[in-house]
Amino acid sequence: MNYQKLGFKCGLEIHQQLEGLKLFCNCSTLNLRDSLPDIVFERRLRAVAGETGEIDLAAKHEMAKLKKYIYEGDSKDCCLVEMDEEPPHPINPDSVDTALQVALMLKAKIVDEIQIMRKTVVDGSNTTGFQRTALIAYNGVIETSKGHVRIPTICLEEEACQKIEEKEGHTKYRLDRLGIPLLEIATDIDIIDGEHAKETAEKLGMILRSTGKVKEVLEQ
Amino acid sequence: MSNKPNSGDVVKIITESEEFEGVLMPRPDILDEDVTVVKLDSGYNIGISNNKIKKIELVKKYTPKKTVKSKLKITKGLPNVTVLSTGGTISSKVDYRTGGVYADYTAEDFVEMMPELCNVANLKAKKIMSIMSEDMGPKEWIAVAKEVEKEINSGADGVVVSQGTDTLHFTSAALSFLLKDLSKPVVITAAQRSIDRGSSDAFMNLFCAITAAANFNAAEVMTCLHGTTNDDYCLLIRGTKVRKMHTSRRDAFRPINDMPLAKVYENGKIEVVNKNYKEKNNSKTKAADKFQEKTALIQIYPGMDPKIIDFYVEKGYKGIVLAATALGHVPTEKSSSNLLPNIKKAIEKGIPIVIASQTLYGRVHPLVYTNLRKLSIQLGCIFVEDMLPETAYIKLGWVLGNTSKASEVRELMQKNISGEITERSEDKSFLY
Repeated sequence: MNYQKLGFKCGLEIHQQLEGLKLFCNCSTLNLRDSLPDIVFERRLRAVAGETGEIDLAAKHEMAKLKKYIYEGDSKDCCLVEMDEEPPHPINPDSVDTALQVALMLKAKIVDEIQIMRKTVVDGSNTTGFQRTALIAYNGVIETSKGHVRIPTICLEEEACQKIEEKEGHTKYRLDRLGIPLLEIATDIDIIDGEHAKETAEKLGMILRSTGKVKEVLEQ
Repeated sequence: MSNKPNSGDVVKIITESEEFEGVLMPRPDILDEDVTVVKLDSGYNIGISNNKIKKIELVKKYTPKKTVKSKLKITKGLPNVTVLSTGGTISSKVDYRTGGVYADYTAEDFVEMMPELCNVANLKAKKIMSIMSEDMGPKEWIAVAKEVEKEINSGADGVVVSQGTDTLHFTSAALSFLLKDLSKPVVITAAQRSIDRGSSDAFMNLFCAITAAANFNAAEVMTCLHGTTNDDYCLLIRGTKVRKMHTSRRDAFRPINDMPLAKVYENGKIEVVNKNYKEKNNSKTKAADKFQEKTALIQIYPGMDPKIIDFYVEKGYKGIVLAATALGHVPTEKSSSNLLPNIKKAIEKGIPIVIASQTLYGRVHPLVYTNLRKLSIQLGCIFVEDMLPETAYIKLGWVLGNTSKASEVRELMQKNISGEITERSEDKSFLY
């Protein structure tokens, strides 16, 4: 297969869950999604302008339907923060440490001050209506046998709810996963073929696992 | 026009080794001045140390989009509801570009956010002040009462007042006393989550409040906020029997020592829970404008210094409410914290001492214990049944605005004016 002739372009975006407590509260990250829920509630979300000051048209249309979102959770890993009933606690310092470690290993530039901002979420997978996310480092690079693969961004953000059911008029989510710290590593489209993609992914995976702070199973 | 970049402008930040282009973000006053924040094209915000910045170039000045307000439709036959805004989280919309907090909601804004409102009432909106509720006081309560009176007497079928949640129960109690011969529903609402988030409780709270003001046949002051953590119904709670009972939950406002008047569902249905309310009528509503500002509320606790009472007396205070423990107790045994002599001195000087309970739930009792009899019979403190301490403070301020005669103060404090005292303690109302 002549990848170059095909005009093959490939980049990777990896989301890695971190061990320890949740990113913005002291709940465990056991993600007990199969246990019987002892927290159940329903909400509706409205379309509002995000941090750019504009309402995304798709969001407006989606939200005009005023769909019902049903949230279920196990109180062992779900508190008022996941229920959008309490403001976030300060960001988990252990998660920040892990993110900084990975950033250094990827030779990335760490920002002078980490700014947490809100990314509007329109499908109800975050009870607040947005995801809290922060840019930790930029302009990193990983060396491979087929040249460098640049890493423009390394971000630390909160995981979303797990969808468990979608029907006409309502969507059901589990809260247990919400708030688990996620390290997001994005590469540039520097990957030149299938083997290269595999090698890059393996190298990134090895770097993440070497911190000893990541969850073993990679979530979709 | 100045070329100095302001928050909201697109800028290019040049450091020794890099260049960043993005929107200059506002920085809160409290934080260090040594970091500049920019929103990059990717949407992420980045903080850059000022000591690394060589130059900031203005790329494009921010011109806010001109919002075209849609015309409000007036439907014949629909009730007229006025929404009076005073500020608070429900009115706070942050412009993330400039950091400015906007609190200028007009009726057109409400209808834009919730088009279904057009089917409930003909809306009129007026901003009467812009203040966080912890900064409100007698002057503000009197001003709100005056505006409510004006609206009711000029054709409003109901009035909604929006404010911050923190002292909402003080305002609801104040309006319950200040508005004499109330003829229409006055519904106070607020939000725990700001209106710039999709998950805000403001939307349902406002919808239910406007629905209640339009359609609930009660001439009462009541609060309207979420009844549960679900977006299912709001509770209408009598203004003198309500309190904020959680820092942050949507359903923070609970009825205390009373059942809520009604539930208002998100589909507009109103379900009466407690029929004990006055119905709408044609009397002329009159707003009182006198409130004794030198009224105090003191929390009683073990080991306290009784001289706090002397402090208020010396400062010329005209009435004090004690949020006593349980049935109405104050420390009396140890000489270091025996309040009795200080209470005695205050009452002899003509300053009424009112006793409510810091347990919030339950009824104080003037006779059951020896020490209670000392307070009630020997000293003459005024025990006010199952009134909330906050409501007692408001009521005392209102009573003292009208009279300072001891016998009249006692009579008015112990008379049920606006549902602040219940005759019977219902089991179901505890922790409703």
